[in-house]
Amino acid sequence: MSLTSIHDPAFVRRLERRKRLGRFFELLCLAAVWLGILMLLTLLVDVVLDGLPWLRPELFTEFPSRFPDKAGLRSALQGTIWLIAITATLAVPIGLGAAIYLEEYARQNSLTRFIEINISNLAGVPSIIYGLLGLGLFVRGLDLGRSVLAGGMTMALLVMPTVIVASREAIRAVPLSMRQASFALGATPWQTVRHHVLPYAMPGILTGVILAMSRAIGETAPLITIGALTYVAFDLKGPLDIFTVLPIQIFNWVSLPQKEFHGLAAAGILILLIVLLSMNATAILLRNAYQKKVSW
Amino acid sequence: MEATHIQTETAAVHQVALSLRRRPAGRLREHILQGLFFICATVSILTTFGIIAVLLQETILFFERVSIVEFLTGTRWTPLFASKQFGVLPLVNGTLLVAGGAMLVALPLGLLAAIYLSEYATPRTRRVLKPILEILAGIPTVVYGYFALLFVTPILKTIWPQTQAFNALSASLVMGFMILPMVASISEDALSAVPQSLRQAAYALGSTKLEVSLRVVVPAALSGIAAALLLAVSRAIGETMIVAIAAGQQPKMTLNPLESIETMTAYIVQVSLGDTPQQSLEYHTIFAVGMLLFLLTLVMNVASHLITRRFREVYE
Repeated sequence: MSLTSIHDPAFVRRLERRKRLGRFFELLCLAAVWLGILMLLTLLVDVVLDGLPWLRPELFTEFPSRFPDKAGLRSALQGTIWLIAITATLAVPIGLGAAIYLEEYARQNSLTRFIEINISNLAGVPSIIYGLLGLGLFVRGLDLGRSVLAGGMTMALLVMPTVIVASREAIRAVPLSMRQASFALGATPWQTVRHHVLPYAMPGILTGVILAMSRAIGETAPLITIGALTYVAFDLKGPLDIFTVLPIQIFNWVSLPQKEFHGLAAAGILILLIVLLSMNATAILLRNAYQKKVSW
Repeated sequence: MEATHIQTETAAVHQVALSLRRRPAGRLREHILQGLFFICATVSILTTFGIIAVLLQETILFFERVSIVEFLTGTRWTPLFASKQFGVLPLVNGTLLVAGGAMLVALPLGLLAAIYLSEYATPRTRRVLKPILEILAGIPTVVYGYFALLFVTPILKTIWPQTQAFNALSASLVMGFMILPMVASISEDALSAVPQSLRQAAYALGSTKLEVSLRVVVPAALSGIAAALLLAVSRAIGETMIVAIAAGQQPKMTLNPLESIETMTAYIVQVSLGDTPQQSLEYHTIFAVGMLLFLLTLVMNVASHLITRRFREVYE
């Protein structure tokens, strides 16, 4: 076999074709990215066009109603605030505690490995299964009924893996030398964690907490499963009251045949997306500010 | 491995520091706190046991009244009608139809997007594009459901007039875009992890960028891509709100995506919306269907985990 010369016309032609194919493929890859972005834009424009006319003050002050003109999100907004408060109160301390244990105290044994595998598996369990857990355990088992407390407890279990994983990453990023210096000065493990590890890990932990809470605000399926789709036309007074939340009210309005309710649903989606996007933006800003300030 | 190393070392330093403490009162507080943190960590185990216990308890009650063979092989699912039949296959059929369609969208697009981000994009472009894809992944599923029912379905109707008001196709398409960021992000991690030296070797042999990407980098990252695929399928099977809003409530054995179908998750929602008495057979069915769903997704997640661990190419 003779060696092909780079001036061989057949080789040059083939090379040209290979390069053309390469440019075509790059465009194809770029098109895939743009298709995703285009889809996002279409969705946003569609929701804004549908929902903007319905975004009125009554939307915040009125209860749900059979009449679209009088229908609002008052009970849904209250429910969402209650739900997030309960979810955060439960998921943040427990999730953070678990992360501290796994990073600072756990020995490398089979129990630790079991807990770790468990957490990564829980992150992959469909959210509706958590709803069935909440239905069996909290609504029926603890007899909490279809209350916002049962919903918050269910949601806390659902977002716990997110809190744990983010907190562990933040804690792990604090260098060992910080701890050694603290111990060398006579601090106990808890004093070290409390005064040296947690302050440095806090921005990362907060980012994870915000992302977990934005997940909890948008989740619908587990709350429907525990039976939260109810007509709530009164102010939420306590954790044992029945409740509704923003995404459930949106789901309810989408399911109705009248066009006016679809407009209301779109307005509800606008509010939901504004809340979520500002939460996510805060998380991203927090992450960037943190990355700039601390360099080990 | 880096992580486990630090983990043990940190724990070891803690233990030494603790044993050096003299004052018993301080040590007691330290031990109590350590115990509290341990209890926090066991909540995750309790959650898993809770899920299995609740599902198992109700599923056993269900199978006391319905034969497991009928459940797994029957082709009619009518628990809410007068003549009750409990063959789960129509729900499985609907679930796989929607999930399959979603993968047809998410896999090629996600993989191409991942190749673009990992091989072609400049670091600056990547910094702009990745947060946008993250936003796409962070939109609540009820919003995607709205979009599927009220934007995509009318478009499908103008293309194919026989499209039903609720159909599998609109749910599939929208779900595909929902899981696209997940496929893209996990695949991109796998592609970026392929060492630069492999690319350089291929370039030195005269390959074009396309040949390097498709014949060297993608094959080297195949286990990561397979793991992403499995996680995406598991996500698609468990997805609820899009199908509950847009795909309908008619369990049937069909492969026609323009028809109304029902998935396992949509059935659980349908029953939850009604006022089902606690000890009724209908109430037990959602746990039996939930158990099947849980097992299906668990198998996918574990397989994905094993593939990443077992088949990861180790370089150097």
